[in-house]
Amino acid sequence: MSKAQRKSPLLRASLSLFIIIWLIMAAFPFLWTLWGSFKVELDFFSITDWTDALTGPRTEATYGSPFTGAGYEGAWIQEEFWRAGINTTLVCIFVVCTSLTIGTLGGYALSRSGFKYVFWLLIAALIFRAMPPITLVAGYLLPFFEWNLWGHLATTVIVLVAINQPFTLWMLHSFFMKIPKDLDESAMVDGCTRFQAFRHVIIPVMWPGVITTGLFSFLLAYNDFAVTAMLLSKENQTMVPKIASFLGTTQTEGNVMFAVAAVVSATAPLFVLVMFFQRQIVSGLTAGAVKG
Amino acid sequence: MKHRTFFWFFLPSGLAMLLFIAFPIVSVLIQSVYAPHEAVLVTVENSGPFGITKSTSIDQEATEALRAAEPLGRFVGSQIYFDRGHLAINELASLWQTTETWGDFTSRLGNLPFYRALSFTLTYTFTTVPLLMALGFMIALAVNTLPGALKGLTIFFSLLPMIVTPIIGSLILFWMIDSRGVIGSLLQYLADDPNLSLKASTPLVWISIIVYGIWHSAPFAFVVFYAGLQTLPQDTLESAQIDGATRWQQIRYVTIPHLMPLVTFVALIKLMDNFRVFEEIVGFNAEAHATSLSWIIFNDLGGETRLLSSASATSVLTIIGVAILLSPVLVRTWRDFNEKSH
Repeated sequence: MSKAQRKSPLLRASLSLFIIIWLIMAAFPFLWTLWGSFKVELDFFSITDWTDALTGPRTEATYGSPFTGAGYEGAWIQEEFWRAGINTTLVCIFVVCTSLTIGTLGGYALSRSGFKYVFWLLIAALIFRAMPPITLVAGYLLPFFEWNLWGHLATTVIVLVAINQPFTLWMLHSFFMKIPKDLDESAMVDGCTRFQAFRHVIIPVMWPGVITTGLFSFLLAYNDFAVTAMLLSKENQTMVPKIASFLGTTQTEGNVMFAVAAVVSATAPLFVLVMFFQRQIVSGLTAGAVKG
Repeated sequence: MKHRTFFWFFLPSGLAMLLFIAFPIVSVLIQSVYAPHEAVLVTVENSGPFGITKSTSIDQEATEALRAAEPLGRFVGSQIYFDRGHLAINELASLWQTTETWGDFTSRLGNLPFYRALSFTLTYTFTTVPLLMALGFMIALAVNTLPGALKGLTIFFSLLPMIVTPIIGSLILFWMIDSRGVIGSLLQYLADDPNLSLKASTPLVWISIIVYGIWHSAPFAFVVFYAGLQTLPQDTLESAQIDGATRWQQIRYVTIPHLMPLVTFVALIKLMDNFRVFEEIVGFNAEAHATSLSWIIFNDLGGETRLLSSASATSVLTIIGVAILLSPVLVRTWRDFNEKSH
């Protein structure tokens, strides 16, 4: 604690100020948009006075209260955002389960094999990780059209799993490296096969790593735009491409508030996620870095 | 682990990557040297009262049949790469000959879609990465001095800009910087110019997107650097203090060298990620002022007529760009690996 006491008051004040400014920069846009999503467009985008977005005089004039759920009603019911919500839920569940299943098998194998090809597979995964997904999408479209695979949720799930695999492998590989090899080797000495050792000895101790990796798989599936916008038909759209498609239609019809409400609705689950899994997200972000 | 066991464990994951990452790269390469079929034309002779007239029309049936039989199109070699929408060799050569000064050359280069996109992509990548790392580093240093309970809260709020996907995050910012939005009004007030609009001028749009990029990615740098600060060797720091190093010198000669591997890591990840910028452009509705390589592909693929060949050629050029960005790392890993094995 001696370090903190030797700081001059000026330094401490400027540090606090810096943190406060950063916190405002990070949090204010979300709070502002959340608050504004319950207003009418003329208040949220006010020509006369920016404080209208806080007090909502026109919202009160129209709906009799300074808050209105009209934007949410328009987005969820009129524009059928609930359908996109269901699609996102389905895509996320299947992407997370599939990529964790095949990722743990692959990551475990990579961490327990000492041959040279392991290095090359990891390098190949790193190169694949660097590919912008949109460049791959250009390669999917023609075969998918030819074989009638385009537009279905299942196709998108498989594509997202594959795109997610390099990252998942790297992360799980580094988690498995931390589990001592003696653990499964002693199980195999006791007569287990490799798969039994994996199933009964490794799986019970690997949950922290799997949960962290699963979170990142979820975020990728939830946030993806390039793949879902290109590979899903209109009725199968997930939330992010749906919001993007709002932009074209609603801004001309003067229903910007639908898009604002949809954006807030899509952000809320992420908010809850960070609240519960902050520790895992931080450890996941640093897992790759520790290796250097 | 035996080769056989390894094979079966790795098979599902390897197959997924082979089918949906390696093959598409090959298929993009192939598509980029094929162009769509031209319509089949038929010439019909009509004998009328004023002699014989020839009319040419499109044979719809034959065109459909040809397109169905060979969906790839016709082989054109490197033609698409050199056309106006991509590398634009001819236009480039004539520009080189007709323009007098460098400034004129570069400004007219901006009219060619590929070079216009390339210039924004590179500007965006190479301005955001150093700035976001600097901001992330400063936040990490500042948060490290906070008492425990406040740390968690700060990290919670700091994660939000990063966790939200660029298209949603940029929309949130886009609505705020609208000339009727809260930041837009503030800027108008500060600049004392009621007609100021961030969406109207190209430099301001570029700055807005770059600011968004820093805001979005600084938390990642912050979290990684913050984790690195937790492992800072305390005795080195103390001996530096005993030797009378100022606070700045401690940061410069102890903290930064300790974090150097992490700096490389963050720079690598963020160079790769920011090179694929395009959701920001969609969110900011900024295609009139800024386009990127990925945006061109997205735009080609998204229209009613999906321009697969054109998109594929841009994809190949983008992949080459990624490879160039990645090459220092690959060379270094290769060298490390060889040293270890000998």
